[in-house]
Amino acid sequence: MKQSQTSRRSFLALAALVPLAAVTTTACGTSGPGSSSGGGASMWYLTGEPNQTIEQKAVDAFNSANPNNKISTTFFQNDAYKTKIKTAIGAGQAPTIIYGWGGGTLKAYAEANQVDDLTSWFDQNPDVKNKFFPSVFGAATVNGKIYAIPNQYIAPIVLFYNKELFAKAGVQPPKTWDDIMSLVKTFNGMGVAPFALGGQSRWTSMMWLEYLLDRIGGAGVFKAIFEGKPNAWMDPAVIETGTKIQELVSADGFIKGFSSITADSNADQALLFTGKAAMMLHGSWTYGSMKKDGQNFVQNGKLGFVNFPTVAGGKGDPKNGVGNPAQYMSISSKASDAEKESAKKFFKDGILTDTVLTAYVNTGSVPIVNGIEDKLSTSADKDFLNFVYDMAKNAPNFQQSWDQALSPTAAEALLNNIDQLFLKSITPQQFAQNMNATLGK
Amino acid sequence: MSNAVSTAEKSSMAAAGGPVGTRGYKGGGLAWLTLPALVVFVVFAIVPLVGVIILSFTSWDGIGAIGSAGLSNWLSVFSDPGLYNSLGLTFLIMIASWLVQTPISLLLGVFTAGSQRYRAALAVLYFLPLLLSSAAVAIAYKALLDPNFGLATGLGLPLLAQDWLGVPQLAVGLVIFVIAWQFVPFHTLIYQGGVRQIPKSLYEAAQIDGAGTVKQFFSITLPQLKYTIITSSTLMVVGSLTYFDLIFVLTGGGPGNSTRILALDMYLRGFRANLMGPASVIAVVLVVIGLVLALFLQRLGGKDKQSSQLEGL
Repeated sequence: MKQSQTSRRSFLALAALVPLAAVTTTACGTSGPGSSSGGGASMWYLTGEPNQTIEQKAVDAFNSANPNNKISTTFFQNDAYKTKIKTAIGAGQAPTIIYGWGGGTLKAYAEANQVDDLTSWFDQNPDVKNKFFPSVFGAATVNGKIYAIPNQYIAPIVLFYNKELFAKAGVQPPKTWDDIMSLVKTFNGMGVAPFALGGQSRWTSMMWLEYLLDRIGGAGVFKAIFEGKPNAWMDPAVIETGTKIQELVSADGFIKGFSSITADSNADQALLFTGKAAMMLHGSWTYGSMKKDGQNFVQNGKLGFVNFPTVAGGKGDPKNGVGNPAQYMSISSKASDAEKESAKKFFKDGILTDTVLTAYVNTGSVPIVNGIEDKLSTSADKDFLNFVYDMAKNAPNFQQSWDQALSPTAAEALLNNIDQLFLKSITPQQFAQNMNATLGK
Repeated sequence: MSNAVSTAEKSSMAAAGGPVGTRGYKGGGLAWLTLPALVVFVVFAIVPLVGVIILSFTSWDGIGAIGSAGLSNWLSVFSDPGLYNSLGLTFLIMIASWLVQTPISLLLGVFTAGSQRYRAALAVLYFLPLLLSSAAVAIAYKALLDPNFGLATGLGLPLLAQDWLGVPQLAVGLVIFVIAWQFVPFHTLIYQGGVRQIPKSLYEAAQIDGAGTVKQFFSITLPQLKYTIITSSTLMVVGSLTYFDLIFVLTGGGPGNSTRILALDMYLRGFRANLMGPASVIAVVLVVIGLVLALFLQRLGGKDKQSSQLEGL
C-alpha cells in the first residue's frame, strides 16, 4: 500500500513537470485578435517607420470615411510576422487582410484554400486593376488566378554607399566584382568595414547571392530552380557564387560580428550612416528609414546608390534587378462576408490613395502606380526615386526575392544554408548539394 | 510560469520525500482530490502528446490538409545529421547548465538562508532576474553584446568587445551564461528554503563537537539538502530540454546551427519550414528524453523515499 502511494506521488510529480516543460515551449503562441464587430475587418502589418505611420494613417483616413466598414490594425516585427501569420492562418485565426510578399508563400495559402480568389473582383473593378504596373501581378498570380492586390512600392535591392567615406578614400563606387575586392582592401586599410550586413536575419545575406548568381549565370539559373528542374542548384554558377561570397567573407568584406546583427534592429543601416561601414547591399526601403534615423545623412546628400556590379565573364544582364516587385494583400477565406466586404472596400478606396502615394514618395519609395513619374520628378528625393523607377522599368528581368518566391520549406532550408555558407561552415559544393535536395519541396 | 514552477516544486518535493508524518491516506475516499490535477494533466499533457504522436506519422504544412505519411518523417529525421547536432547541443547545454548553476545556487542559497540583515538585502539583488521574462533578458543581452554599438564599445573595454553571438563557440558559451544568469536565482530560492528547514539543533550539536563552518557544510548542510538537490536538478535538467524563448530571441539558433537545440529545431522545422510531421517527431523525441531523465532523477532519491533524514530528532 505504502509503495503504491509513493509511485502515485512520483507520477503526479512527473505530471506536474512534463506539462511545465511543454508550457515553456509553447507559451510563445498567442491567439489572434477576436473578430471585431460591425462588419469591421482586421489587418496585420509590420512595425518600422516610416511605413507603419503611413499605413496607419491610410487606415485611419479610410475608417473616418467609412464608419461602417472599419479596419482594425495590429503591428508586428518583420521576422516575427512571417512566422506568426503562417501559424494564424493554419489555426483559422488569420486577420481578414493577409499582408505578404506574394510568390511561394501565397501559393501555399491559395492551394490550401485559405485566401480568396480575387480574379472576378478585379474583372468587375478594372479601374483598380489598371491602377497598378501590370508587371506586379506576376507574384500575386497562382495557376492563372489572382489571389492578392498589389500594394505599396517596388523595392529593388540597391548597393548603397557612404559618399563621405568614398571621397576620403579617393575611390569610386564599384562597377565590377574586382572593384569590390579592391575596395575591401582600401576600406579595411582605413579601419572602416567595407560592407554592413545584418547577417542574423539571413535574408539579408541572401540578397548577395541573388545578385551574384544573376550576374554570373544569368536570370535562367534561378528560373530553373524556381521551376524545380532536376539538379538546377548544381549549376556551376551556383558554385562560383558561393566561392565568391566566401572569398569576400575571408577578405573581411563584411563588418565584424555581421552574423549576430539583425535587420529588424536597423543596426546595419546605422553602421552605414555613422561611417562605420562604407557600403551596404539592402532593399530600397532602407532609404526611408535612413532618411528618418540618419540625422540628415540622406538629406545632406551623403548617401550614394548604384546598381549591383558586374562579374567578369558573367552571363547576366547588368540591368537585371532583384527585390520585391510589390507588397501584397489577400483576403482570408475564413473571414465573414461582412469582413470581406469591408476589406474589398478598403482595397478599392483605401490603398494607395493620393495622400498615401504622396506620403510614400516623400519617404523615398516608388509606389507601383501608373503615371507616377511626375510625382517622382518633383520630389526632394527625385535622384533616388528616379534611379529606382528606371531600374525597375528597364530591368530585362526583375527577380522576386528568393525566400518569397520559393515554397516556405525550400526557403527555410535556403536561409539556413546561406547562414552556414557565410560562416564558411559548409563549402559552396555542399551548399549546392544541400539545396539540390530541396528541389520540388 | 512562476505558478507552474511552484506547483511543480511542491509536488515533487512531496514525492521526493519531504517530511512524511502521520497524515497517511485513509483508503480511496479522497481520490477525487486528484481530479483537478488529473484534468489539467489530461488536457494539457496527454491530449497534445497523443496529437503530436499522430502528427508525426502525417505530412502537414500547418496550412492545408493533413495527409498520411507513414514512417517517412521518422526515417527522414533520424537520417538527418541536423538531429544529432541538435541532440548533442541540447545535452551539452544541459550538462554545462547543471555544472554552472548547481554550485552557484547552492552556495548562494546557503548564504542567503542566514538571518543577517545585509544578507537579506543582497538576496533582493540576487533574485532580481527572476522578475524578468526570457524575451526581455535576451533582448537586453543582445543589445549589451552588440559588437558595434554594445556595452564594450560604449565603455571602451576591448576585452569585452568580442563578437559574442557571431562566433559559434562563443555563442554556445554565452547562451549557457545567460541561462545561468536567468535561472540561478530560482534555484537559489529553492536551496534557501531547503537550508532554512534544517533544524538548528544539528548545527549546535556539531559546534559542541568542534566542527568548523566548512565541516558543517559538508557533513550537515549538503546531506540534509539531498532531496532539494534532486528537485533542483530535475527542474534544471528537464527544463533545459525546453529552453526556447531565450535562445530564439538571442541567437535564433545561429550562427549557422551552433545553438540550434532540439526545442528550437522543432520550432524552426514546424513553423518556419512548414514541416509539422518532422517537427512532431522531434517533439516525441523530446518527451521521451524528458520522461527518461525525470524518472532517472527520481530514482536517484533512493528506492525507499519514506526513510527519514531526521532520525532521532
